[in-house]
Amino acid sequence: MAIAFGSRKASAGLPVPAALRSKRRRAAARTLAFLSPWLIGFGFFFVYPLVSTLYFSVTHYDGFTTPTFTGLKNWSYVFNDYPFFWQGLRNTLWLVVVMVSLRVVFGLGIGMLITKVKTGAGLFRTFFYLPYLAPPVAATMAFAFLLNPGTGPVNQLLGDLGLPAPGWFTDPSWSKPALTMLAMWGIGDLMVIFMAALLDVPKEQYEAAELDGAGPFQRFRYVTFPNISPIVMFAVVTGVIQTMQYYTQAIVAGKVASGVIGGSGQQFEPGYPQGSTWTLPQMVYNLGFQRFDYGSACVIALILFAISMAFTSILLRRKSGFMANED
Amino acid sequence: MHATTSRRARRTIAAVTGSAVLALLATACTGTNSGGGNDDSASGKDVTITFWHGWSQDSETKAINDNIAAFEKAHPNIHVKAVGNIADDKTNQALRAGGDDAPDVVSSFTTNNVGTFCSSNVFADLNPLLKKDGIDAAKTFPAAMLNYTQFKGNQCSLPLLGDVFGLYYNKKAFAAAGITAPPKTFSEFADAAAKLTIADGDGFKQLGFMPNYHGYESTTEHFLGQFGPSYFGSDGKSSIATDPKVAEMLTWQKGLVDKLGGFDKLEKYRASFGDEFSAKNPFHTGQVAMAIDGEWRTASLATDKPDFEWATAPFPVPDAEVSTYGRGYQTGTIIGIAKNSKKQAAAWELVKYLTTNTDAVVSFANAIHNVPSTFEALNSPKLDADANFKTFLDIAKNPNSGTTPASVNGGAYIVSLQNLGYDYESGKQTDLAAGLAATAKEIDAAVNQAK
Repeated sequence: MAIAFGSRKASAGLPVPAALRSKRRRAAARTLAFLSPWLIGFGFFFVYPLVSTLYFSVTHYDGFTTPTFTGLKNWSYVFNDYPFFWQGLRNTLWLVVVMVSLRVVFGLGIGMLITKVKTGAGLFRTFFYLPYLAPPVAATMAFAFLLNPGTGPVNQLLGDLGLPAPGWFTDPSWSKPALTMLAMWGIGDLMVIFMAALLDVPKEQYEAAELDGAGPFQRFRYVTFPNISPIVMFAVVTGVIQTMQYYTQAIVAGKVASGVIGGSGQQFEPGYPQGSTWTLPQMVYNLGFQRFDYGSACVIALILFAISMAFTSILLRRKSGFMANED
Repeated sequence: MHATTSRRARRTIAAVTGSAVLALLATACTGTNSGGGNDDSASGKDVTITFWHGWSQDSETKAINDNIAAFEKAHPNIHVKAVGNIADDKTNQALRAGGDDAPDVVSSFTTNNVGTFCSSNVFADLNPLLKKDGIDAAKTFPAAMLNYTQFKGNQCSLPLLGDVFGLYYNKKAFAAAGITAPPKTFSEFADAAAKLTIADGDGFKQLGFMPNYHGYESTTEHFLGQFGPSYFGSDGKSSIATDPKVAEMLTWQKGLVDKLGGFDKLEKYRASFGDEFSAKNPFHTGQVAMAIDGEWRTASLATDKPDFEWATAPFPVPDAEVSTYGRGYQTGTIIGIAKNSKKQAAAWELVKYLTTNTDAVVSFANAIHNVPSTFEALNSPKLDADANFKTFLDIAKNPNSGTTPASVNGGAYIVSLQNLGYDYESGKQTDLAAGLAATAKEIDAAVNQAK
């Protein structure tokens, strides 16, 4: 990453007096000194792991013996022979698209509703925020209990109402929607951010729009949305990054619903049911920590990194057209 | 200005994304390599060793703690810090990461992982220690048990009690259905399972047997123990597609799933089961009338005292192989010493005591109702063996009983086969031959990848 020190082309071709040169050098040293905590962190926590990951992705490494160079063998294994990769990639992308958009829409919707509430606003805010505070493992286990197809209260209620009762976490076509429901339940963080943004929209703009005869939809389209679009963008970008790392809820739901808790001779297989909850971070875990094939785990991590980068840069490229009055 | 801002923002987000994704890898891609080391326990100096095990039920932890207390009494200078309820994933990570809190002695219920433990040298080779103390492993431990504790000559673990799988049945339900003796063949078994099944609307009031692969011990390898297949050929390649016994087992299981109500109906019922290792186990609650399970269940049933009489028998065999009735799947607990441990001399004393001291093995076997793992203990008059427990001792002695072989990548091949089982029982995979061929290819690729 290049760091601008201020000199650059401004002085190109002209002789720079010695005094000025040393002044610039001092300024550069000062800048570096101020930057150093970040630079050290960046080097240690980003550059070093990235370079190591690249290196290990072309080696056979089990964590104990010395890594040996194997070329693209790990890459070929992940793409051609690792049985879960493509399904896990599809699941992860499904979650990124569906979960992130629903979370943003739902979070914004709840935020808007709550800003409109006149009485008991605090109560409603608390009500929607509280689930966010539940630890992910506990929340997932509670959902697995509520959505248990055989004994869960949700399906009993659906049954009493004469509605079809899905298998939820035990049915491959319902497991991801069930995880999405869990994510929507914990919408508190986004709701608070959207609420703050909505309350920041200048009132006079609404008044002007109303004078011009704008209806509720037009007020949202031409006043609310342009004002909060940077926050929407923030929610989408962080949502994509978070969802690319989706791990805990998927693995806990799979483990609880499958009933396999690792007794004698039992192998716990993530992705239950039928691979429908496999995500890329679980594969990093499976390959790296269960199979001790760190090389292939590093391949998946790099793929994850590349996809995250691609998503974020596409979103940020679209930003200039999307965020009307950023500057 | 706008362009600069967005470029800067992009860089920031890139950095945040990268750091977050790779934080996981920062820990994944480092490892320690120090090994061996000795302590002064032999000269009487106080040493404390850490022992990780998987036992979690009260009766089990009491039993292992009693054994440890006896060991500490015999070795006053060695203190053992026991940590229970540890699963293999955690063990694997701790052994690789090392550190002060890492265990010195580890036991595991998953013999499938022995291949990984030995080939990656996370466990120390015990051959030199056995030799030093004049213990002839072949004369001490039964052959099958010795087999699943080593990989290609590296005896990186020793057997610490064995596990054997058989049939549990509810005698009250048998009497109500008019069944007088436990089934010996698969056709008798299917008839019994159907007779014992009592429907209740869309579900069951009582199910004869839960054949679905997530039905706790109803797993591919446990069922395959009744068929005795080979998992790998002499060339080291997967033979599941070429050995007809594997296809035979998968077809048998699918037939039973269909006979008892179909996959979806059974899955819904299965979801109502309580934890396997609790009093809510579906066999204890009477939700299923027959179950395939290990010998340890005899102890849990004795403790929980369900409101019916129960009994055990060998699990049935294919009709064509009725002469092999009495066989079963066999595995066990293994125990080893962390290669990284700095206290290997004291660790070896504990391992030696727990695995070869006849009194220790017998009292532990009696306490948790596991099958003893030495010849002397198996023949010890002190061994409690009521009729229900004796079933499992006999299965262990049956020459047709088998286990799953150690593989360089642990149990990955069993997971692959299990996944095919899930796909086949649910109807997602209908072409069994194609599924077996693809799974064999997948297993070979994974083994090759691990080398």
